[in-house]
Amino acid sequence: MNYFLTEEQRMIVDICKEITEKKIKPVRAELDQNQVFPSEIIQEIGNADLFRLFIPEEYEGMGTGIFEVCLATEELSRGDLSVATSYAASGLGFLPILISGNKQQKEKYLPLLASGQKLAAFGLTEPEAGSDAGAIQTKAVLEGDYYVLNGTKQWITNGGEADIYTIFAMTDPKKGSRGASAFIVKKGTEGFDFGKKEDKMGIRASATRELIFNNCKIPKENMIGREGMGFLVAMKTLDQSRPAVGSQGVGLAQGALEEALAYAKVRKQFSNTISSFQAIRHMLADMATQIEAARNLVYYAAKAIDSGQKDISRLSAMSKVFASDMAMQVTTDAVQIFGGYGYMKEYPAEKMMRDAKILQIYEGTNQIQRDVIALDLVKKGF
Amino acid sequence: MVKIKVVVCIKQVPGTTDIHIDPQTNTLVREGVENIINPFDNYALEEGVRLKEKSEEISQTVALTMGPPQAEQILKDALSVGMDEAVLLSDREFAGADTWATAVTLAAAVKKIGDAGLVIFGKQTLDGDTGQVGPEFAQRMHMPFIGYVSKICKLDRKSIQAERLMEHGYEIIEAQLPAAISVVKDINEPRVPSLRGKMKAKKMEIPVWDRHHIGLDAEQVGLSGSFTQVVKVFTPQSKHEVMMLEGSTAEQVEKLFGKLKQLNVVQGA
Ligand SMILES: Cc1cc2nc3c(=O)[nH]c(=O)nc-3n(C[C@H](O)[C@H](O)[C@H](O)COP(=O)(O)OP(=O)(O)OC[C@H]3O[C@@H](n4cnc5c(N)ncnc54)[C@H](O)[C@@H]3O)c2cc1C
Repeated sequence: MNYFLTEEQRMIVDICKEITEKKIKPVRAELDQNQVFPSEIIQEIGNADLFRLFIPEEYEGMGTGIFEVCLATEELSRGDLSVATSYAASGLGFLPILISGNKQQKEKYLPLLASGQKLAAFGLTEPEAGSDAGAIQTKAVLEGDYYVLNGTKQWITNGGEADIYTIFAMTDPKKGSRGASAFIVKKGTEGFDFGKKEDKMGIRASATRELIFNNCKIPKENMIGREGMGFLVAMKTLDQSRPAVGSQGVGLAQGALEEALAYAKVRKQFSNTISSFQAIRHMLADMATQIEAARNLVYYAAKAIDSGQKDISRLSAMSKVFASDMAMQVTTDAVQIFGGYGYMKEYPAEKMMRDAKILQIYEGTNQIQRDVIALDLVKKGF
Repeated sequence: MVKIKVVVCIKQVPGTTDIHIDPQTNTLVREGVENIINPFDNYALEEGVRLKEKSEEISQTVALTMGPPQAEQILKDALSVGMDEAVLLSDREFAGADTWATAVTLAAAVKKIGDAGLVIFGKQTLDGDTGQVGPEFAQRMHMPFIGYVSKICKLDRKSIQAERLMEHGYEIIEAQLPAAISVVKDINEPRVPSLRGKMKAKKMEIPVWDRHHIGLDAEQVGLSGSFTQVVKVFTPQSKHEVMMLEGSTAEQVEKLFGKLKQLNVVQGA
């Protein structure tokens, strides 16, 4: 299937395929086992111009859209979800600057992020504020030319590895979610420290860390958008980034299907390959069909965003929910096809299943996504 | 002194280890096989690109190959990993070249490119497997040659210092430029192409030079310029016989000597 890709889009896929086959697959089990952040692979991804996909040409990007980002993310996820998460999370970190930043901010930060020299991170979640992002307690108080930040962010992807952080904090706690603002905070700023690194079920090679702000002074000009717009910036960012989570699901599931198919064709029981048994064949057929359906939904959502469509929350949420639920199912089935071997770490299936789970949780749980879809549906109909 | 160019010589080979030989012509069967850059040459390209990135002394990197028109593809691949320029040597008259005729042809092209301070080869090719083209090229150019380089320690406009891998360890060798080297896998980790590189490569026109462009006579190239000819290619049947000798050292020596005498390898009492 060629998905009607342009020549440039095919080049993107080819490059990512090479990274997946040559650089990721040989080391993914080890990275997972030892929880090592894949710095070298991320650098390779940067050198291959893949961070440029997010960014307009005037800031040294390639001027492509979310669709191209999804193509790259899908192919990298076929190799390893930790790598793909680290890649996509940098995009999530700088999308707020791209969407709502001013010209000076874009000129200052985007070229560094486009080259992959620097990574970004997105800091919204807190110990007491997950799905209820409006409940964040980190405060930013204006003092002269500075905002002073106090509070703790939790489970921030690329924490410690990134140089540029988009942080959401309350500038006017009385106003609830309308009192939040977004800031750019650089690593190394006084009063900004990292807490513990999490020991996780899956995507173990990705960095998930606490960010601690203790009287951290940030220049006023580092505010993204206007005071009180923080929540809006976060929601707009997530609307645009969710299809990329969908493409993580598609790529991961594709990888699992490939492994399961190859195994089913060589594993013999009752004197026949297990791929000759209808029970296995139908499972493979369902996996392939579900992947294809998810891929098409993700591509469609991404293209809708790139075409400038305004009302994208519903579609974007659908692509995330469907593709991540699908990935959970397909990776679980892959383990099933491998039988007991699937449960063992010698084969990649169990890791894929562990990795898949995060897709139903981060960037808004699938329950919250269904809320978004339903709200939009009930309010606007079709 | 002018800045130097780095020329990297690469070859297109069948992308498989499952090579078939045509029993009639004793040449490789190329139909239905995807062609790739000779795997060892990827290290040569990577080293060329890295040298240019690191050093102010280098004006340009050029990828060079001799082959059929389709070999243009590997030059595009070379451009997409960061080589500045590429040249394709293609002429019907080049066909059937042995290692010497190939070396002569490459040498003429490198002269035409001009200012080449360093010429890099892969250690050997996957198909021919001789490892001779590099040394023969250097001989033809009267250049020093350092084979099996695993690290370039120093490079300026006048000289190169390189570490090379020998069977029993490493040697560090210094040579005057211009020089030729061949590189082994340990030297680096080749990068994947970049998107900008691929797009640049797609747009670039690669010059094709024939025998006249590089000023060689018909007798110097291709089959006519070759001293050797492949008469037959076959997989040797290897028969290994292993015998373990036991006992004290003296007894083992005794037994070994007896066996060697029996096989007429040594003579004596
Ligand atoms: C590995 C990892 C990486 C992460 N990376 C980042 C990052 O880079 N940046 C960042 O800001 N955050 C990040 N997060 C946080 C992530 O986005 C949150 O975990 C997620 O939004 C859910 O919040 P919570 O974990 O507090 O769950 P809770 O909000 O406590 O939810 C618990 C359960 O209740 C359900 N629930 C909650 N509210 C409702 C409701 N109203 N209706 C129905 N069901 C509901 C949820 O669906 C869930 O099943 C990351 C998390 C993980 C695990």
